[in-house]
Amino acid sequence: MSLDLGLPALERAAPRLMRAEPLLTMRDISKSFGNVRALRQVDATVYPGEVMGIVGESGSGKSTLLRMMNLEDTPDGGDYTLRLPGRENENLFDLARYERRMLCARHIGIVYQNPHLGLLMRHSSSGNVAERLLIAGERSFDVLRDKAREALDASEFPLDRMDARPIELSGGMQQRVQLAKAIALEPALLLLDEPTTGLDVSVQALVLDTLKRLQRDRQITMVLVSHDLGVIRTMADRVMVMRHGEVVEQGLADQVFQDPQHPYTQQLVHAKL
Amino acid sequence: MSLATLTKDWAATSYGFLDASAKRELRRKMLKAIAVPGCQMPYASREVPMARGWGTGGLQATLTLVNPNSVIKVIDQGADDGVNAASIRRFISRVSGASETWDTLSATIVQSRHRVPEEIMREDQVLVLQVPNPEPLRGVEPNISIARQMHADADYGKLWLTLYEQIVRKGRIMQGASYPSMVNGRHVMTPSPIPRWDVPKLNMARHLTILSAGREKRLYAVPPYTRVEPLVFSDRPYLVEDHADLTCRRSGVSGFFMNELPQDGGGSVFEVSDSNLGIKAIDTAQGTPSEIGETWYRNGEFSA
Repeated sequence: MSLDLGLPALERAAPRLMRAEPLLTMRDISKSFGNVRALRQVDATVYPGEVMGIVGESGSGKSTLLRMMNLEDTPDGGDYTLRLPGRENENLFDLARYERRMLCARHIGIVYQNPHLGLLMRHSSSGNVAERLLIAGERSFDVLRDKAREALDASEFPLDRMDARPIELSGGMQQRVQLAKAIALEPALLLLDEPTTGLDVSVQALVLDTLKRLQRDRQITMVLVSHDLGVIRTMADRVMVMRHGEVVEQGLADQVFQDPQHPYTQQLVHAKL
Repeated sequence: MSLATLTKDWAATSYGFLDASAKRELRRKMLKAIAVPGCQMPYASREVPMARGWGTGGLQATLTLVNPNSVIKVIDQGADDGVNAASIRRFISRVSGASETWDTLSATIVQSRHRVPEEIMREDQVLVLQVPNPEPLRGVEPNISIARQMHADADYGKLWLTLYEQIVRKGRIMQGASYPSMVNGRHVMTPSPIPRWDVPKLNMARHLTILSAGREKRLYAVPPYTRVEPLVFSDRPYLVEDHADLTCRRSGVSGFFMNELPQDGGGSVFEVSDSNLGIKAIDTAQGTPSEIGETWYRNGEFSA
């Protein structure tokens, strides 16, 4: 690579994550719901190919932040940029409703804790995946069918049940359908909002396994929100710890868990142990 | 000069039954509907001497468009002589002085339920379709407010999804009448319960089509020379009803949309659905030549 030639030796040797430009940048995000300040000047950066974990107790603002990342909600103030071709310097909160919806459908995938939020329960599982592709403009039935099958297969969903309605499926299967739907368009960013909460431990392990394999195979950038430190520890490269709408600590996952600096993080890690 | 000399004399009814303000509202809504093809415009549906759901929407549109020189044709499921068609036609001519006809070619306003005539309509004609359910999204989104937002977002994913699932479950698209169609590349409309056979007739048609739902209080339009494309997958062709090879047992015409009449033995016979087309063919065969205009379908193939 000719670009690398001028760089000092140290920078060339730096790990991939450090060299890359961030994919997601959020600056100064604030949000209030009435008197409750859900987010106070939160900054977040996510690099391509990494898994960013967000931990915090209930009400710490982590889900609100994730909703902002999915453009479901707008903040009171702040910027949000994604390094997508042609949109590098655009504040996504300024987009018109229609553009925002299209950008979300094409480039951002999300898996909710509650499958009822993410899935059309009365339609078939393959149809749920196909709907994403239909919104993006795919109009060939055979292609839709193949891509839906491919995405469901990638999320390790049993293909003989691909036309069953999600409401007839188990919780773990529902999460797999959500995941297939989220990755069908090969999104730049995959958001996971407590994807394994509410599943029993063995199913939880299977779903996490699928997520890890997907991440390894496809290098998808993920933001994973969870209150479960175990989940974050297995999945995340970097961690943000949130409390009362503020980021109290962030860093490499191992670092934060081995050597927590902030008293709240120390409490959290000890509580877990 | 007194006020009485400036005002019109008292009359028991106003021209065309509807009062002036009702007609003005409808005209404005029609202009809006024409300006945004396929977009549903709400209107205050007035009382007419007919029950809601029997064609009051179409009737109000016709009463607004009518003038003494109009020639009115009313079709009920293809036929001009149905009770509903006959009484609507008589009512319109009685309150407006317009003349009545069964012939598509000589009509200026064609009000119809469930069919588009087989003969090609011209620029100077208006087709008024009665609509029971104007909302193509109702099957997938029962909440009207959300459905309106979906129209605004051009969010028709769920509509496509139902078609996808019909193919998955049954191997073909099961939607028969009121096939959802994209108008002018923007709004999806339900073309009222006309068969799939009739939907291509609306595409780039020379005539204006007004679709009006009296019970649901919505009105939308397809202006002349506007694209109307049924929602279809690129690798699954749009199929019209399999009527191309059927022959009418009374008039002998074939290649048009037929009514099926089940028989005692379990079989069935067919009669052409556009009854006036059949009458013309019978007249011609019996020695009174009756001109059949150019038709959209020729030998069962769509060719306009």
